[in-house]
Amino acid sequence: MSGRVFLFGDDIDTDQLAPGQYMKGGIAALAAHCLEGVRPDFAGSVASGDVVVAGKNFGMGSSREQAAEALKHLGVAGVVALSFAGIFYRNAINLGLPVLTAPSLADLADGERVTLDLDTGRLERAGEKPALPLDPLPDNLKALLADGGLVPHLKKRFAQERQKEQGR
Amino acid sequence: MTASPTTLAQKIVARAAGRASVAPGEIVTARVDLAMIHDSGGPRRVEPILQDLGVGLFDASKVVLISDHFVPGDTDEGARILELTRQWAAQRKVAFHDGEGICHVVLPERGHLAPGMLVVGGDSHSPTGGAFGAYMFGVGATEMAGVLATGEIWLKVPETILIEWRGRLSDGVTAKDIMLALCGRLGMDGGKYQAVEYTGEAIAALSMQERMTLSNMAAELGGQAGLIAPDEVTAAFLREAGSDPAGWGDWRGLRTDPGAPLMEHHVFAAGELAPQVAAPHSPANSGPVDDAPQTKVDVAYLGACTGAKYQDLANAARILKGRRVASGVELLVAPASRRDQDRAARDGIMAVLEDAGAKLLPNACGICAGYGSARLGEDVTCISSTARNFKGRMGAASSKVWLGSPLTVAASAVAGRITDPRPMLTEGAGGTA
Repeated sequence: MSGRVFLFGDDIDTDQLAPGQYMKGGIAALAAHCLEGVRPDFAGSVASGDVVVAGKNFGMGSSREQAAEALKHLGVAGVVALSFAGIFYRNAINLGLPVLTAPSLADLADGERVTLDLDTGRLERAGEKPALPLDPLPDNLKALLADGGLVPHLKKRFAQERQKEQGR
Repeated sequence: MTASPTTLAQKIVARAAGRASVAPGEIVTARVDLAMIHDSGGPRRVEPILQDLGVGLFDASKVVLISDHFVPGDTDEGARILELTRQWAAQRKVAFHDGEGICHVVLPERGHLAPGMLVVGGDSHSPTGGAFGAYMFGVGATEMAGVLATGEIWLKVPETILIEWRGRLSDGVTAKDIMLALCGRLGMDGGKYQAVEYTGEAIAALSMQERMTLSNMAAELGGQAGLIAPDEVTAAFLREAGSDPAGWGDWRGLRTDPGAPLMEHHVFAAGELAPQVAAPHSPANSGPVDDAPQTKVDVAYLGACTGAKYQDLANAARILKGRRVASGVELLVAPASRRDQDRAARDGIMAVLEDAGAKLLPNACGICAGYGSARLGEDVTCISSTARNFKGRMGAASSKVWLGSPLTVAASAVAGRITDPRPMLTEGAGGTA
């Protein structure tokens, strides 16, 4: 599924992704205010398949996983950044939101059409532009994403363990 | 064969992963010695996931629950969340500290930590546990639910960034100043999710509560953990907290060997460090307080896990003794734990703060986490002893938060503007400031 690039700078923090004052409204209400401090039109215009592209240290700050959940709720296909804050990175994978680092963002432009391809580990670009290579994900994280996140992954694991128990 | 030199982080992770040794970059699955959760990201978020998975806790004796975010429960929502938290603690039979203070401070003061442990916390400032030689880091609620269900977590064996402070800090300069200087020099992704380890004479000379501030704010450097090798100071603190060194194993061996692989090694001269402040809206916007404009402040906040422990309150009292908060400035104090507040009361510190005009808030995260009735209003300028000054975090998006040490916060409250605490220390109590 293809979408547009939403381009951001460095150090996008969790208070921007999931502003504290909207926490009590539930994920839909919270997502409606996602990133409004840096880009007021974001939640209103982002659509399924769009890709958030950012500079260094995306998701710094709090451990609140609503920061990743809000992006997923808005249909974001994934986040490509030069680097991620560790807890956000783990939260995103655990919630099934692809997050990939890129050695460089080349000349990616805001609004250009792209497709995040997890199989090839590349961000395909429309037109004649060469695809942007992304750093490969470790195998354990690929498995988590393939299952749709940690909860479905654990369900699968527990089911397998129960089957093994019964098979004995 | 002699084992190759390894870092403190490698030693802890190897043991938790059941391995003789691990190499940086390897992905391992580790057994968790302890899981800490609080009222905000804890029961209300993890229980529905545990239900969905159809499993219970991996080991209730290895789970500690602390209420601190919604304390004192003065809103309908806060009261409801606290009630749910209390019910869960009783049902799941876990250790529970209710309204006793901020999780990062209560966990060690109640003897739950020991050197060499691998600990996961449901809060981003969980690296605080590293001050005790534990590899402790924060995770979100879904990952915490996974830990509670399995007792396991995956880790990429971290590289270590060694931060060495040689010499001794001057009077008036504290752990918070060290951290703000590091945030400014290394940046908020300076840690790149590695293990940050603090070492050197200046670190060894710090009290445990000062060390906790360093480890805590490894989160602000982008580190996964913030470690300090355990020593006699660590042992004395934990012994007093009720933890028995007999159960700690070879804790004296928990240190980075000479020649261990380091990703970076930074050396700083402690004696040259001046008090620091960080301008809005990032801890990385830091510099010496004397270089900062003498910004007028409306609110001075002594709070949070990095700014309202006993030591922090005692530091503030050194400035506030015999002085008054400037007119038009509100000094808010939220002692980090009830135990620290009681000790400060016994020592006359709370009386000094109150005589100076401080307004007391509950032992909780309070406005650092953006909660409570004291949240900052429109256009308010605050000097705060907290760890983080992101835009809008402590209140209105138009509010501005400067970070400083408890000494700097107290001095700024007295002066009504951001100021260097050192002259007030030399003038002594109630000088002509």
